[in-house]
Amino acid sequence: MAAASLRSVNPTLPRTLASPTRSPPFQSPFLRFAPASITSFSNLKPLVTPPAPSSSPFVTRSAAASPQERKTFHGLCYVVGDNIDTDQIIPAEFLTLVPSNPDEYQKLGSHALVGLPASYEDRFVEPGETKTKYSIVIGGENFGCGSSREHAPVCLGAAGAKAVVAQSYARIFFRNSVATGEIYPLDSEVRVCDECSTGDVATVELREGDSVLINHTTGKEYRLKAIGDAGPVIDAGGIFAYARKAGMIPSAAAA
Amino acid sequence: MASSVISSSPFVCKSSQPKDLGFPKSSQISVHRCQKRSISRKIVSVMAPQRSSSTTGSVKTGMTMTEKILAKAAEKSQVVPGDNIWVNVDVLMTHDVCGPGAFGIFKREFGEKAKVWDPEKIVVIPDHYIFTTDKRANRNVDIMREHCREQNIKYFYDITDLGDFRANPDYKGVCHVALAQEGHCRPGEVLLGTDSHTCTAGAFGQFATGIGNTDAGFVLGTGKILLKVPPTMRFILDGEMPSYLQAKDLILQIIGEISVAGATYKTMEFSGTTIESLTMEERMTLCNMVVEAGGKNGVIPPDATTFNYVENRTSVPFEPVYSDGNASFVADYRFDVSKLEPVVAKPHSPDNRALARECKDVKIDRVYIGSCTGGKTEDFMAAAKLFHAAGKQVKVPTFLVPATQKVWMDVYALPVPGAGGKTYAQIFEEAGCDTPTSSSCGACLGGPADTYARLNEPQVCVSTTNRNFPGRMGHKEGQIYLASPYTAAASALTGHVTDPREFLQ
Repeated sequence: MAAASLRSVNPTLPRTLASPTRSPPFQSPFLRFAPASITSFSNLKPLVTPPAPSSSPFVTRSAAASPQERKTFHGLCYVVGDNIDTDQIIPAEFLTLVPSNPDEYQKLGSHALVGLPASYEDRFVEPGETKTKYSIVIGGENFGCGSSREHAPVCLGAAGAKAVVAQSYARIFFRNSVATGEIYPLDSEVRVCDECSTGDVATVELREGDSVLINHTTGKEYRLKAIGDAGPVIDAGGIFAYARKAGMIPSAAAA
Repeated sequence: MASSVISSSPFVCKSSQPKDLGFPKSSQISVHRCQKRSISRKIVSVMAPQRSSSTTGSVKTGMTMTEKILAKAAEKSQVVPGDNIWVNVDVLMTHDVCGPGAFGIFKREFGEKAKVWDPEKIVVIPDHYIFTTDKRANRNVDIMREHCREQNIKYFYDITDLGDFRANPDYKGVCHVALAQEGHCRPGEVLLGTDSHTCTAGAFGQFATGIGNTDAGFVLGTGKILLKVPPTMRFILDGEMPSYLQAKDLILQIIGEISVAGATYKTMEFSGTTIESLTMEERMTLCNMVVEAGGKNGVIPPDATTFNYVENRTSVPFEPVYSDGNASFVADYRFDVSKLEPVVAKPHSPDNRALARECKDVKIDRVYIGSCTGGKTEDFMAAAKLFHAAGKQVKVPTFLVPATQKVWMDVYALPVPGAGGKTYAQIFEEAGCDTPTSSSCGACLGGPADTYARLNEPQVCVSTTNRNFPGRMGHKEGQIYLASPYTAAASALTGHVTDPREFLQ
């Protein structure tokens, strides 16, 4: 290709694009901004009140996240490949379902991953069911690319899946997973989708620092990158629940 | 011609021009709107890719356009990539597919009686599933109407008469094109939308990106969002654009180069002499597909072309910003556009690039021209020009879905240059295309089963849309070749994927 030779990567810069496969580790939005910026919330209308300095959500949250607090998911794996886009996770014809409506939330679960090609012999959710028997989805690179539809992490969570373990994620899918608290998007250090099979029995253990995926069927164990500050947001059930728990915003009942 | 363009390469300029023509200009430009017409056609950011030395007298770290827009929106003097900042949102766009969910979350979290943060900064554009008998799809438009009434949303482009879209004067069509046409895209602003192709608006030199329903629910209540400042990749496109190339070829070329995850979490900034020569609609095509490379946003430095477009559509004041000469970019790519050829993205990924002429043996079943990226007025003009130049009939069904009502009217009203006064629609009819249909997102994303031109069989389609993942246009075994309007029209005439040079020139 003509352009291949025309491409020039600035040699003084890190050649991040030489292997354009890995997304940078997620840094939680909720810990990184300086406390000073929290006060900008005080400019907001009554919907949001600034936290008192002594009850800074960031301090209390960090203190609360003791090493003993572990999350463990145990169940069957459902294995997919690279670049699983949101049309395959939830085809557009089902976007008429509104996730914030409880009935339609359940229906979204019944259609999770129904857009995968016929080469996937096992269905993620059996026809007529609303729940999946697989609690861990294992993928390759760039999981959740494509549209910004929040229906994608929602349908996985609604179907009963707990976590996705993939090599990397598309940005919007990752953010929607955290914002909704529907599913834990976990980064594997190696290409687990090539080493696991659909139906393998596995455990995901979320720990401070060194989370793991244990495949009991093969007997192999894989290190996962720390979920970091996104973890407590998902634990709480999404950004609103987290922000309320942390005192960033008042409870909905007050409105 | 091409060589003279190349000779204005930034690196040549740098040594031959006085130093004060470097980057300080940008601050003048950004403050004094009245001066903008006198700005240099040179993109200042390209002048000095390396960090500036202390001889400039400036100790402040340079920022890219995206960093500047976000810093301003966060009321900060400086941000760096990786900073998590609360950003004030200028415009929030939502549509019929994600709007009901976003408002549902807003009500659930802020209370049934809560009011949105600013009813004039929310733009609601029904466009996805409009011309369908699907009851839930119709209901979702009704839900949006209710919310807009209750919240006094100023910009709601409603449709009530599905029988004839022209009976709905407020109705526009595809949100990203309508946002631009209605003056909601303005340099220097922050635009969020519950749609991944919101990044289209980066063509206007603003920060624009897609968000989910939950984030949108938060924005509806507060007007703020927490964003991480992305690092910027710079793409410098120089050289005269050959007459048979379009912006779609450029972006497919770039995505093929960096892959569908090559810009994940990053900004893609486009500059260079080729970009300066592009119309607004072509720039929109370019920025539309940055998300197909995983990009958070795409951005193009605003210039006279931008200002002319924007000022004809809005009186809202705006402040354009530009990358500093000493801004840091995580990567630099250069393309000599004069040497590029028409390309397609083969099934089933937008980065599966091939030259159009390499695919001439691929037999196709249909052609689709439409969507936010390939259904604009100039996209139809290009197709009509090629049909006129060829003077032949299409060999496969060719579906035309103008993005908006305005585009539809252009198709029926505007003459094709050099075609003796014939309108686009007349030329399409002579070529045997399907009659241009009601404007909406159409079959780009499949949609309900009765969607016009939906791929209901495992057919091969050449499409001017932006995605070709399995099942994207309906059928899971359907094969979609993404292409420019020229290539799509040429392919319609032969029944195979076809390089448009066979009919142009």
